[in-house]
Amino acid sequence: MSTPNGSAYRQREESLTLSHLEPELAAAEGLSTELLTLNMGPHHPATHGVLRLLVTLEGEVVRDVKPIVGYLHTGIEKTCEDKAYWKAIPVIERMDYLAYFFNAMAFCGAVEELLAVEVPKRAQYLRVIHLELNRIMSHLVWLGTSALDLGAISMFWYCFREKETILDLFEFSTGQRMHTRYFQVGGVIEDVPRGWVEKVRGFTADMPNRVNQYAAILDRNEIVLQRLRNTGVVDEETLLDLGITGPLLRASGNPWDLRKAAPYCSYEDFEFKIPVGTVGDNYDRYRVRMAEMVESVRIIDQALDGLPEGPYITEDRKVALPPRHELATSMEALIHHFKLVTEGFRVPPGEVYYPIEGPRGELGCFVRADGSAKPARVHMREPSFIMMPALAEMARDGYIADLIASLGMLDPIIGGVDR
Amino acid sequence: MPDATGLELLAQDLREADSDAVLDTLFFRDRATLIVDPARVRPTLEWLKGRGYGFLASVHGVDYYPEEPRLGVLYELLDMEKVDRITVKARVHTEKPELESAVPLWGAANVQEREVYDMFGVVFTGHPDLRRILMPDDYEGFPQRRDFPMGGEPVLFTYNEDQVPGWFE
Repeated sequence: MSTPNGSAYRQREESLTLSHLEPELAAAEGLSTELLTLNMGPHHPATHGVLRLLVTLEGEVVRDVKPIVGYLHTGIEKTCEDKAYWKAIPVIERMDYLAYFFNAMAFCGAVEELLAVEVPKRAQYLRVIHLELNRIMSHLVWLGTSALDLGAISMFWYCFREKETILDLFEFSTGQRMHTRYFQVGGVIEDVPRGWVEKVRGFTADMPNRVNQYAAILDRNEIVLQRLRNTGVVDEETLLDLGITGPLLRASGNPWDLRKAAPYCSYEDFEFKIPVGTVGDNYDRYRVRMAEMVESVRIIDQALDGLPEGPYITEDRKVALPPRHELATSMEALIHHFKLVTEGFRVPPGEVYYPIEGPRGELGCFVRADGSAKPARVHMREPSFIMMPALAEMARDGYIADLIASLGMLDPIIGGVDR
Repeated sequence: MPDATGLELLAQDLREADSDAVLDTLFFRDRATLIVDPARVRPTLEWLKGRGYGFLASVHGVDYYPEEPRLGVLYELLDMEKVDRITVKARVHTEKPELESAVPLWGAANVQEREVYDMFGVVFTGHPDLRRILMPDDYEGFPQRRDFPMGGEPVLFTYNEDQVPGWFE
C-alpha cells in the first residue's frame, strides 16, 4: 500500500508496530487482499445532495471513484423550450440553487446578445452587486458544509449567520430570499428600495472581519491542516484537460478569471485581485475561496460608490414592461404590456453562447432562438457537471477520509450537475 | 472572438490543411462559428487545438427540427492566451448520427459527449464509455429532441399513473 502523503500524522500512523498481533498475522498468512467496491450515496450527508459515488477501495486507500449522477435530473433545459423567454428565467434559476443570480445572468446575457439590447449602466451595477453578494453567499454555504464534513460544526452556524444576512438583503431588494427572478432581459425588474444601499454597506463593512474570524478558526487549525494540506492535489494541465475553471483552477496557480479576462456586465470598471494558489491541494482551494469573498466585498463597495443614476431596465418597450403609471394614461403602453405578458417578446433567429464567471467556474448559457417567443434550445454549461470527473483525479490513491475532504473542496452543487 | 476577417482567414488556413473540412462560416453577434463536415470533426478540432484553441469549454447538442440534417453538435473552443472563442458545429442526420469522439483530445469531452448522446442520441465513435449519464440506463428515447413530447411521464401515486397503460409492467 502506498503512502498518499508524508504528513507527520500519517508518518506516525504508519510507524505503528503490529508486533503484538504476530500470532494472528501468522494465522492469516496465505490470505489475499482484494479490492472492495463501496457505494457511497445517493443518500449520504457528505455528498451534498443526491450524488452516488462508486468507490473502489484497497483497504482504506481509494483506488478509483466513479461519480454516478442524474438522480436530480428535472429536465429544466427541456422545460425552457416550452416557456416564453421571461418565463424561463425562474426555472433556470433553480438549476444551481446556490448561484441563482448567476444562472439568470448567463441566460439574460445570452438573450440580450440575441436581441442586441443595451443594458443600462445602473442595471449592470445592480447586477454586479447582486452577483457578488451571491458569490459570497455560495462560498459561505460551501465553507459551512465543507467544514461540517471535516468535523467543525460551529463553522456551519457562523457561515449560515452571514448567509442569512445576505438572504435578508436579497429579500429587501428583490422580495425573495432565493430564486428571486430579479434579473430580467434588459436589466433588473425594479430599482432597489430606499435604505438598501446603506444595509449593504453595513454588510460589506462587517464581512471582511467575519472572514478574518473564520480564518482565525480554520487557517492554522491542526485538524484542517492535517485534512487539507497535500490532499487531493491535481496539477494545472489535468484540470485544463478536464475543462475545469474557477477556484479549482486558480488554486493550481492559473489566474484565469472571466471577470478579468473577458469582462462582461461592467466588471472592467472595478479593481480587484484574483487569488491564486501554488500547490493545487485542498488547502489552496480553501484559501482561494476565502480570499475571493474579500475581493467580492471590494467589488460590491466599488459598485455602491459608483452606482450611476438612470433607468434600471432598458427603455425598449418591445422587451421590457412599461412603468406601471403609464398603463393608466397610454394606450400604447397598455398594448405593449398586454403583448409582453401574454406572448412575450420574440427573439430573432440565431445562436449565442454566453459565458460568465460563476462561483464554481465558467457558467455558460447557450440559447438558440428560432424567431418565436420561446427558446428553441437552452443549454447550461454547468461547472459542477464538468468538474465531477476531477473527483477521481483528486481522490485516487488517497485515504477515504481525504475523499470526503476533496468532495467538500470540489464544491459541486447537484442541482447544477443534473439540471 | 476573432473578427469576421479573422474567421475567414482561419477558415482559409483550414481549407489549405484539409480541403473539404469547412462547409461554411458564420459570424453572428461577434461570435465566430465554423460549420464543418461531420466526418472531419476530429481532425478539425485537432488542428484548431494546435492553433491555440487549447481549451474545450463546452459540447452541446441542438435539434434543428424540422430542418435537415436535424441534429447539431457544437464545440465551444477557447484560446486562453488570446482570450478568443470559436464554435465548431457539425450537423448529422438522425438516421446515422455518428461523430468521432473528441475524448482523446480533451478529457472534458467525456461527460459532455455522454450527455449529448443521452439527450439527442448522437453516437460518438471511439468514446471510451458511451452510456446514458443523466437519464436512467434503461430509458427509451432521446428526450431533448424536438419531437419528444413534453411531460407524459407516469408519476407514481399521482393523477396520471393509470393514464399511461402498462407502466407497471
